[in-house]
This record gives sequence, structure tokens and C-alpha cells, in this order.
Amino acid sequence: MTTSSWFRLQHRAAPYLFVAPFLLLFFTFGLYPIIRSLILAFYATNGPKSQIFVGGANFSFLLSDPDFHTAVWNTSVFAFWSVFLQLPLSLGLAILLSQRWVRGRNALRLAFFSPHLLGSVFVGVLFQVLFIPQYGLVNTTLHRTTGGAIPLDTRWLSEPALVMPAIVLTSLWMYVGFNMIYFLAAIQAVDKDLYEAAIVDGANGWQQFLAVTLPGIRPVAIFVLVTATIGSFQLFEMPWILLGNSSGPNKSGLTIVMYLFQTGFITGDLGLASAIGWTLALGLLVISLIQMRLTGAWKGASE
Amino acid sequence: MKPKTNVQALRLIVYLTLVALACIALTPMLWLLLAAFKGPDELFAYVFFAPRYTLGNFVALFNHNINFLRCMVNSVFVSCVSVLAQLFFSSLAGFALAKYEFRGKKLVMILMISTLLIPGQILMAPSYELIYRLGLVDSFSGLIIPGAVSVFGIFLFRQALLQVPDELIHAARIDGCSEFRIYWDIMMPVSRPMVGAFCLISFMGAWNNYLWPQIMLHSSERFTLPIALTSLVGLQQQQYGALMAGTLLSVLPVIVLFLLLQKEFVAGLTAGAVKG
Repeated sequence: MTTSSWFRLQHRAAPYLFVAPFLLLFFTFGLYPIIRSLILAFYATNGPKSQIFVGGANFSFLLSDPDFHTAVWNTSVFAFWSVFLQLPLSLGLAILLSQRWVRGRNALRLAFFSPHLLGSVFVGVLFQVLFIPQYGLVNTTLHRTTGGAIPLDTRWLSEPALVMPAIVLTSLWMYVGFNMIYFLAAIQAVDKDLYEAAIVDGANGWQQFLAVTLPGIRPVAIFVLVTATIGSFQLFEMPWILLGNSSGPNKSGLTIVMYLFQTGFITGDLGLASAIGWTLALGLLVISLIQMRLTGAWKGASE
Repeated sequence: MKPKTNVQALRLIVYLTLVALACIALTPMLWLLLAAFKGPDELFAYVFFAPRYTLGNFVALFNHNINFLRCMVNSVFVSCVSVLAQLFFSSLAGFALAKYEFRGKKLVMILMISTLLIPGQILMAPSYELIYRLGLVDSFSGLIIPGAVSVFGIFLFRQALLQVPDELIHAARIDGCSEFRIYWDIMMPVSRPMVGAFCLISFMGAWNNYLWPQIMLHSSERFTLPIALTSLVGLQQQQYGALMAGTLLSVLPVIVLFLLLQKEFVAGLTAGAVKG
């Protein structure tokens, strides 16, 4: 009797106990900080110790702050290149690597993906050395392959106009193969019968791609587009380390999260940092909704 | 005959382009591997292969005033504990959501989705404040506890365990298995591929984590590798060799783990995207 009632009790309590660790951590390190940061955004603070209520001053400061404008501009430029250069490249590689006639596809796929394994911090350290003028691998290679059009002393990381191109190039190297994996998985999941039907109808390779592949990978393409955009707007570690723990000459590599980090954890204004965080979050929400609207993500779900 | 040769010529061009791009992807890593073993005179004098190699960079690295060996141990410790905690808590919650009907289940799912939508940057300032109040600043607990559950992991395990037949669980209950034993002896073994994928993804996250440790850790004896290496950048401007040796040691564990768990990794990474 007691054994069976214990057995029933543990059966009924089990799911609650199993989700309890998640809930406990969520309320402590998820929900509480969200509410707290909403409050903090209206305070000026000096480290975690002192704070004064300032109303909407943090937000109006951001609106007129030239550094914040620089950060938003730089991050947007980076996100633009991520979406319009990196993603098409990833998709192109995935399409080529899903062709039967390409030999050694697994080895090529592994090669393209491998840069992502290094992690953005270590990529930053490595590329800081690769971008060195005169001797660095980037300049010596470019100098040789372009027949001297790109000078050996190109100062990628100290010439303000070249900082963003250097960041975009590094990120291309790191992420093209990563996003390719998603596109490849999507292409491989497309129903093979659809291709056969298309071939029966006399469709050539290009027509098969437009009529079968593209619609088939649309949900994944939207997912990659939205997550890559969100990820681009959260850019921080790689450029921060690439530029030697700084935002670069004339703040030419300053990103929104870099600005948040400097404000909150170097200057110590957790209030302004929270305001930056919320501004970024709201901006990302709006951008994601626009992207999903334009790509017809809602429509796709009901079809 | 003519169109066929055209197609073959085109294929050859495409193939050579692919191989060239693959070389671009691999070259920086090859350069890193060689640079770590080149002396200061050889480092830039020879772009890739040098006539002689040395372990001097590693000696310089380990004799530095930041105790690099200690930082490696810290990184291994912090990453392993994080992975184990995330694995245990996430798979438990995933099991509950896949195989039980209970009150508040929908609410838990909604809470999980909402955490995926909130950018982590919002949480940073107040989390630091909270950790400060709890007295956990500059401690490994403060580093590990806030990230001890992975919502991504809960989704991953829920997805995998949904496919386990309910009969298996009923049979175990009739045999007198407790719910936790069902989890431990049935659920965990059947989801082994998912465990492998999740461990690697979560290990990469913990190993490469920079922002939170950078905010949290103050004393250099607790530094993890990303923090140690980036503070090395500022300290010894011209010692690129030692820096590259440190970078090589830092990226090696993830690469080795990846090569061991490759197949599971790709399956786990894309599971949510393709099925969802």
C-alpha cells in the first residue's frame, strides 16, 4: 500500500520536478533580469552600487549621441553585407555541393565549415596577425595575386576606411560555410519525387531549381535570413578583438553591442547599457517582423 | 557531342572554383598550425613552410606572467561542468515536455519560446548586478550557474524523445521502474546521437564564451582561455609566435571533438531548422 502510493506520487510529481531546474533558473536569470533591465533603463548608475532615477533621459541621450549613431550605422552596414553577400554565397555553395557530379563533396563541405569551429574570439586573434601590413598573409597573398594592385603596406586595421571591409571579410571567412550547412540540409530534405516529376515535364536544371528547390527550401531560407540578421546586429567579439580590444581608429569598428559593453562594463553605467539593450531588442523585433512579412513567412505557414 | 563537352568544361571550371574556395577556407588554419612552431625570424620570412621548427613559442607562452596552463585547466573545468549541467537539466526538461501531460505544460513552452526571442544583451547589466548581490562576481559558480540550462537543448531533446514509443515507458512502469530510472536507463540511452550533438554544440558555446567571463572574472588565476589570450594581445605586442601557439592550443580541443562527433553535430544543428 505505501509502496504503491509512493509510486503514484512520484509518477505525478515527476514532470514538475523535471522542469523545475529550468523554471528556477529562468525566473532568476531570465525573467528577473528582464524586468530589472526595464527599470534600470530609466536610471543612471555607477556600477551596481549607486543609481538615480533619470526618466527617459537615457533614451533621449542615445537619440542625440554621435557615438551611438556611429555604432548603429556600422552595425547596419555589416548586417547589409552579411545578408546580401554572405547568404547568397552560402546558398550558392550549398547548391553546388548538392550536385551529384561534384566529387569529394564531404571533404569540401568539411573544409568550408571548418573556420566556424575556431570561434569568434580566436578568429579575432588570428586575423589580427593575418592583417598585419608588409608581412601578413592577407597582404602578401593579395599583393601577389592582384599583380601589385593592392599594396603590401595596406593598413587594414588602422586605416578607418578599411576597418569595416576587414571585419566583413573575416566574417565571410567564418560564416559562409556555417550558413551553407543549413541550406545543404534543406536542399537534401526536398522530396526527390518532385524532381522526377519536373524531369518528366521536361524541366531543365535551372527550371528544376526555380520550381522545386527554391520553394522547398523557403522555410529554412527565411529562418537563416532572420537569424543571420539578428546575429549580425549582435556583432561584438570578433571586431573587438581584431581591433585589439578597441573600437578601432575613429571608432570605425564600433558596433552596438560593443558600445553597450563599453558603457555598461567599462564606464559602469548599467542604466544606459540597459537602455541600449532595449533599443537594440526593439529594433531587431521590428526588422525581423518586416523580414518575415516581406518573405511571406506567415503566408507560408497557412499554405 | 558539342554540348556535352561544353557541360564538362563548365563543370571543370565550377569544380576548380570550389577547390580554390576550399583552399581559402583552410589556408588561415594551416598558417596558424605552422606559425605556432616557427621561430621569430622564420615567422614572416617564410609564408608557410620554414626550414626549421621550434617549441620556443610554447615555452614563452607557458613562462608568461599569465599562467596559461592554469587557464587551460580553468577552461576545461568550466566547459565540462557547463556541458554536464546543461545536458542533465535540458534533457530532463525535454523528457517531461515530450512524454508527460501536466498542468502548466503550455505555459512552460511559451516561456521557453520567449527566452529564444529575447536578445541576451538585455540581460547582461541586470545579471551582473544580480551576481554582484549574490556575491558570485569573480567565481566559477557565477560563470556557470546562469547558463546551466539551455532552452535550445530542451527543444532538441523534446524533439528526439517524442519519437520514443509510449509502450516502452508503460512496460517499464509495470516492471516497477521509477520515473527517474525511465529517464536514466531508457531515455538517455535511446537519445545517444542527440547527446553527442548537444554536448559538442554546448561545449563550443562554453569554450568560446567571451563576453560573460570578461565581465565576471577579475583575477587572472580564474581566467578562461578566451580571456587569457585576449589579455595577452595587449601585453606582449611583438610576440606573435607565442600568441599563435596559444591560439592553436585554444582551438585544438574543439576541432578534435568535432572530428569525432561530426555526423551527430550536423544532424543536431539543423534538426530544429529543417523539421520546425
